[in-house]
Amino acid sequence: MAVTQSSETEQGAPERLGVLQEPVISSGNYKYLKLALTLILISIAAYIYDEPLGQPNGGTWIGYTLGTVGALLIVWLGWFGIRKRRYGTGGMMLQEWLSAHVYLGFSLIVIATLHAGFQVGLNVHTLAYVLMLIVILSGVWGIYLYIALPTRMSESRGGITLDQLVVLIADLDKSALGKSVKLGDDINDLVRDAVENTTIGGGMVRQLSGRDPSCPTARALERIGELVKSLSGGDAATGRQLVVDLARKNRLLTVARLDVKYRAWLNLWLLVHVPATVGLIAALIAHILSVFFYW
Amino acid sequence: MSERYQIAIIGSGPGGMSAAGRAAELGVSHILLERTDHLSDTIYKYQKGKHVMATPDILPLRSSMTFEAGAREAVLGAWDNECEKHGVNIRYNADLTGMKGEKGNFELTVNGSETIEADAVVLAIGLQGNLNPLRVPGAEWEGVQYQLDDPEEYEDETIVVIGAGDAAIENAVALSEQNQVIIVNRRNEFARAKDGNRKLIEDAIESEKLRCAYEANPVSVAPGEITLESKGGQERVSCNRVIARLGASPPRRFVESCGVEFPSEEMAALPELSPQYESNVSGLYIIGALGGYPLIKQAMNQGYEVVEFIQGNNIKPADEPLLEDKFGPLIDRFTVDEAIDWLRENIPLIRGLTALQLREVLLESDLHIKAAGDPIFEINEFGTTVFMIAEGLAHVQIDPTDPSVVVPLDTGKFFGEIAMVAARPRTATVVAAEPSVLLEIPRRTMIKLMNSVASVETQIRDAATARQLRVHLSQSISDELMGTILETAEEREFKWGQPLLQEGEESDGVFVIRKGSVTIYESAGGHEAFRAFAATGEFVGEGGVIENTKRGQTIRAATQVESIWIAGDRFKRIVDEVPDFKRRVHETMLTRVRHNQAASANEAWERSAEFLVDQGMGEATDILLIDETLCIGCDNCEKACAETHGGIARLKRETGPTFGNIHLPIACRHCEDPYCMSDCPADAIHRAQSGEVFIDEKCIGCGNCKINCPYDSIEMSGAPASKPGLLSWLLFGAGSGPGQNQAPAKPDNGGAAAPKLAVKCDSCKEIKGGHACVRACPTGAAFRVSPSEYFARIGS
Repeated sequence: MAVTQSSETEQGAPERLGVLQEPVISSGNYKYLKLALTLILISIAAYIYDEPLGQPNGGTWIGYTLGTVGALLIVWLGWFGIRKRRYGTGGMMLQEWLSAHVYLGFSLIVIATLHAGFQVGLNVHTLAYVLMLIVILSGVWGIYLYIALPTRMSESRGGITLDQLVVLIADLDKSALGKSVKLGDDINDLVRDAVENTTIGGGMVRQLSGRDPSCPTARALERIGELVKSLSGGDAATGRQLVVDLARKNRLLTVARLDVKYRAWLNLWLLVHVPATVGLIAALIAHILSVFFYW
Repeated sequence: MSERYQIAIIGSGPGGMSAAGRAAELGVSHILLERTDHLSDTIYKYQKGKHVMATPDILPLRSSMTFEAGAREAVLGAWDNECEKHGVNIRYNADLTGMKGEKGNFELTVNGSETIEADAVVLAIGLQGNLNPLRVPGAEWEGVQYQLDDPEEYEDETIVVIGAGDAAIENAVALSEQNQVIIVNRRNEFARAKDGNRKLIEDAIESEKLRCAYEANPVSVAPGEITLESKGGQERVSCNRVIARLGASPPRRFVESCGVEFPSEEMAALPELSPQYESNVSGLYIIGALGGYPLIKQAMNQGYEVVEFIQGNNIKPADEPLLEDKFGPLIDRFTVDEAIDWLRENIPLIRGLTALQLREVLLESDLHIKAAGDPIFEINEFGTTVFMIAEGLAHVQIDPTDPSVVVPLDTGKFFGEIAMVAARPRTATVVAAEPSVLLEIPRRTMIKLMNSVASVETQIRDAATARQLRVHLSQSISDELMGTILETAEEREFKWGQPLLQEGEESDGVFVIRKGSVTIYESAGGHEAFRAFAATGEFVGEGGVIENTKRGQTIRAATQVESIWIAGDRFKRIVDEVPDFKRRVHETMLTRVRHNQAASANEAWERSAEFLVDQGMGEATDILLIDETLCIGCDNCEKACAETHGGIARLKRETGPTFGNIHLPIACRHCEDPYCMSDCPADAIHRAQSGEVFIDEKCIGCGNCKINCPYDSIEMSGAPASKPGLLSWLLFGAGSGPGQNQAPAKPDNGGAAAPKLAVKCDSCKEIKGGHACVRACPTGAAFRVSPSEYFARIGS
């Protein structure tokens, strides 16, 4: 595909239509929100209705029931990771699965808390509970990112892909080098440095920040902006064109880095969510075994 | 003293070789003359490792030689062995330079001097003729070649390709992958090449993959150098080799010099032959491509048959058992020949065909015997065949809500031509009303027929026009009224972007869209603003006609459009005389007004609609869109596609144009009139009943479809490496994991890589639940729609 869309990024995003498709949150007319609320209400009602001997905890009949429901929910929620990769099977859209995953996952906070009877301690049971909270809260964070970032990401790229940005940047590099060779070593060295040492992305912090405070292109742009003032005649014109090239490249770099940034954030929460889920399942197994063997 | 044989066979291609093989087997004295020093020069010159097809699959091979699809080398090797085994009398390097005489006393001149006498001659010289040599000083340099076996053999060379035909373009582009290529074109454009190749070379020049010297001619060659002359003067170009693809001289002049007559002056005309392949010169037989049968298997069968015929053994054609099979129960009534005559008698449309043509049509067609009440096809089904009633009665149900409203069609009539002409779903259900015999002819065969027999073309088109007007406007139009409408009705075609009508013009008529789609604009603030979209089956331009005003809008073709234009007064007569149509016209006008208002109130929508039409949405039937306000870029759509389609994703999510938040990924749109289907030599691309365009296993990897697709939706791909088990991937890093792209399989033992075949989206027609990409989207950003659905959804 020809890379000729640079004008779009530079003019800013064209006007946008409203959301064309139903988002995850309202999928199926909030079907799974309703299901989750029902589950929560039933759990609360059962908890209030039940008057156990002593303190409410996982050992009462309602505690066992809520615990079983919660454990099954956790297993089912964890299954999402596998379901997501079972391509082309099952009648349900993945979007519906995600919607159910989100709301039913959220209902676990209530179910598990009631299951525990609001008791906490320094033991494997509370560890499982805390891990569960980490999983759920990271999920909430993920949902927030899924809602907030795509629009920003799409607007910032303005229809150009990262690959195309890289091609456009390479073209500008070529053009800048062609001009700088005529303008003396000072300028040429700066441009060469900008061409050879500018990076997009890099370490995690660099990716998440979407900036490069020591970007050689930004540096070259700033210094050459000064240096060209002392040029004259034909060189001055070439110099001005060089500055335009560098400024365009700098703008494209900003867009590319922003794109990398959004991608990094869209992945970051999963680095919490998934390992915590694995930990949760391990702790859950320990919790269930210990209850049966040692309670 | 010259040699004398019963049969002299000229040309050792599949046909000639097969004839010689049969003659040798029967012990008939014969000689096979071959101009080169090897068998079957045309196939010999195929690119190295090229897969040779054995189509048509249904035709049995009848020859003393074997033949099955396979690599060029295997096919040629087998023939060499068999010629030796049968004791075929071949003379290589024997160029036939003259021939005279007739049955019993032919005199053949070979290489200008030797004479051979024969009782009968079989001419099997094909159409390749003689390759034209490069006629400039120095052309004998060994770096000058006239064919290209294997473009991958050359690397980092400078290669000059001379010529502007298909062969030159294919060679130049293939070589440009790893060489510097200059293509020398005598003219300033590539007008002679097939459309696909023209696009290929123009793209390659545009993207600087290779250089083209336009209006240039070679003037001399020296080792390592060629001199080109163009307007700017002479230029010396150093090069490692020169490939001259200057075409071939068709052998017609030679054939005529033997006394054979052709029915017309057209270069493509075929000589007239008897059913025994005998030409107007008695004893001179013509088989294979020169006689109009270009396929290897056909030619080999003819070779066998022609020897039998010469021996006076009037055997049945090889397709006889197939036709017997095809006629099924009818065979109790008739022999094959009688059945063919009977069909010709009963169906006027095919009366003009010769027996040979008709046999070919029948081989590709199906004969159905239906009991009264049997359905033939249903409304909205995909199907592009035409049915002809050989006997019986069929009812066309013209009212989808009431099956008792029918149009009867009796013996000799045909139906199904609308779907065939417009490549659209069936517009009505048809059932057999009496026990009937129906001939079902596939679209390709029908088109071939329409191209070769003019009367078939006009009859089909006229009937289709009348019937389409009834289908698209109203079935209640009387015959009398239809007659008046047809008096002035015209078929009008429009190119993409061309206006059907323009704002301010007189409202002289209405367009019924038969194929394609249009966009409707109104001028607003000095530019044309998008207002509405209309597709096949709708009519446009009715507003001004009904209200007696000038055109209030401009309507442009959003695809290649075929329409039927009806004069305004005739259209008004339909509105006045047909009450159900009057209602429909008013409803249509109301909907358009509503869409108009919605569109003018929403500039973003208006502009996005224009963008989508520019991107060819009008020709799509099922387009994948991504709402970027929801897309998180996880590529699960691509992964799902790869996982459900043998490891190769048929969509590219990120690539493709974007407008605001609407993104069009690279993925097949299942065009109404697919570009990819237009030039598939293996007939491997089909449209399923439910509308999906797909490629079947007959693909030979020629790449035409990829070149013809303007949306880059087709990839050429080798078979992917097999996926390792989950554990061996997880623990030992073997191969690719779930959802990861699979690298193409490496050939074992270093042999030639498996051919790359075309792969494209098949709309998951084999997968329950449909589109894996859409179903695997976690956020619901990806969706598939038809353009009408899309525009109706947003416009309302």
